[in-house]
Amino acid sequence: MADLYREQILDHSRNPHNFGEIEDPDFTYEDSNPLCGDRVRIDVKVEDGIIADIKFSGRGCAISQASASMLTDMMKGKEVDEIRKLTAEDMLDELGIQISPARVKCALLGLKVLKSGAYGLTDWPHEQ
Amino acid sequence: MSSPSQTPTGQIDVDRLKLDFPILSRPTHGKRMVYLDSAASSQKPAVVIDALANFYRMTNAKIHRGVYELSELSTAAYDEARDKIANLINAASPRECIFVRNTTEGLNLVASSWGRANLHEGDEVVLTVLEHHSNIVPWQLIARERGAKLRFIDIDDEGRLRLEQLDDYLKSGKVKLVGVTQVSNALGTINPIAKISAKAHAAGALMLVDGAQSVPHMPVDVQTLGADFLAFSGHKMLGPMGSGVLYGRRELLEAMPPYMAGGDMIRTVELYESTWADLPQKFEAGTASVADAVGLGAAVDYLSEIGMAQTRQHEKEIIRYALASLREVPDVTLYGPEGDDRAGVVSFGIGDVHPHDIASILDGEGIAVRAGHHCAQPLMTRLGLTATARASFYLYNDETDVDRLVDGIMIVRRIFGLGA
Repeated sequence: MADLYREQILDHSRNPHNFGEIEDPDFTYEDSNPLCGDRVRIDVKVEDGIIADIKFSGRGCAISQASASMLTDMMKGKEVDEIRKLTAEDMLDELGIQISPARVKCALLGLKVLKSGAYGLTDWPHEQ
Repeated sequence: MSSPSQTPTGQIDVDRLKLDFPILSRPTHGKRMVYLDSAASSQKPAVVIDALANFYRMTNAKIHRGVYELSELSTAAYDEARDKIANLINAASPRECIFVRNTTEGLNLVASSWGRANLHEGDEVVLTVLEHHSNIVPWQLIARERGAKLRFIDIDDEGRLRLEQLDDYLKSGKVKLVGVTQVSNALGTINPIAKISAKAHAAGALMLVDGAQSVPHMPVDVQTLGADFLAFSGHKMLGPMGSGVLYGRRELLEAMPPYMAGGDMIRTVELYESTWADLPQKFEAGTASVADAVGLGAAVDYLSEIGMAQTRQHEKEIIRYALASLREVPDVTLYGPEGDDRAGVVSFGIGDVHPHDIASILDGEGIAVRAGHHCAQPLMTRLGLTATARASFYLYNDETDVDRLVDGIMIVRRIFGLGA
């Protein structure tokens, strides 16, 4: 179980990357995980089909905040279309930890928020 | 009467008693399981599991309808379970004890049936910020439907009710019912129900008690408490899931319209109107959860043999030890009052670590605690929190379980770099 809290996850949750808000985002979305009240908002600035800037804000457990932080690192500079291609599995692979069923929504909240903001999809990524 | 699970001095012999609960010897993540979530649902002794299995092996049949032997036995077993429950809470008659699925269903029954018949425009229902959602949301629905108003008693900084607010509310003369949990599931506060019911009755209001966290853990006497209604769950008191009880004073239940309608709750049915069966059948439409009721009866026997006063005394000692131990741990914040009005529940936080992270790490150590809002979001808001971690104790927990919890908390602190 200590694996769940490996150093990289703790680093991201303590010192999240791309934390904050974008003043004039092209899209923004916020959602929460009703189970534990984790809350994540993601702002995205798009230039020529490329994610020029991406920031997240929110609060919640280490898993939800670390995965949102890692997601912003992954997507910065990528084509917007990549958001559609990104799967729940990709996100869990990136986290590199064994996520129990009870915590999978914590791990995927950021991805859900990003997909919702990009193309209005509001299902959980792992339930599609 | 002394039980085999008691020491000669009358204390509970937890080492011995744990053996009665098969699940407690099941390891979790390769470690001895420390189960600290009995406020959510208790574990079951073998006698309860056997009672369920034996019912299906030996007695199973539809109650009330059949004239054959099995049906008579099944009916008798169901009635006997009801008698045990009436005895446990000192109801004047078993007819005052309605079998429901859980506390929530009991509270909904009162809000829907009593509320629809008795609440009118401008009437008031007084609740408290300590309530579980199940004693808030049903009242929101019926209050909206009837044009009635909800009022809430606040708590002080330690988590005790500010009863002077009740006095203020009752002055309006519009309060028809006061609904209070006897024990807060999130803070462990034991509320002075007898005092509250005396005030309510003096103002012409009824007293509804949420007994989900009290009936399993301490002596509860509906007559001494002055409870007009009391709802509780079987699964929190060693009984099967899906078993619960609503106690209601007979004259109130008799005047109330049915909650659900259908089989078993009628006297006569014509195409356009019907008449109702006597209590308690009037409120038990459809095929009852007979095996679960019988299992609950076995749980009541088990608890009665140990004694509710002894159970309370045991938990009082555990919570005292737990609070003293946890207070010594740096970065731990404890919620709820200290003193005799504290049940075996402790909500806590560790630094700014999210409670779900706390619970996940403790799980890895074999310790089951609850994390979240405990179905008490208004209380969390009142405390300025979104969630807490919660450990809750029962008669099968002892000081070694508390010690394991403290060890687990030290691991949480280490992983999150606290005190480094």
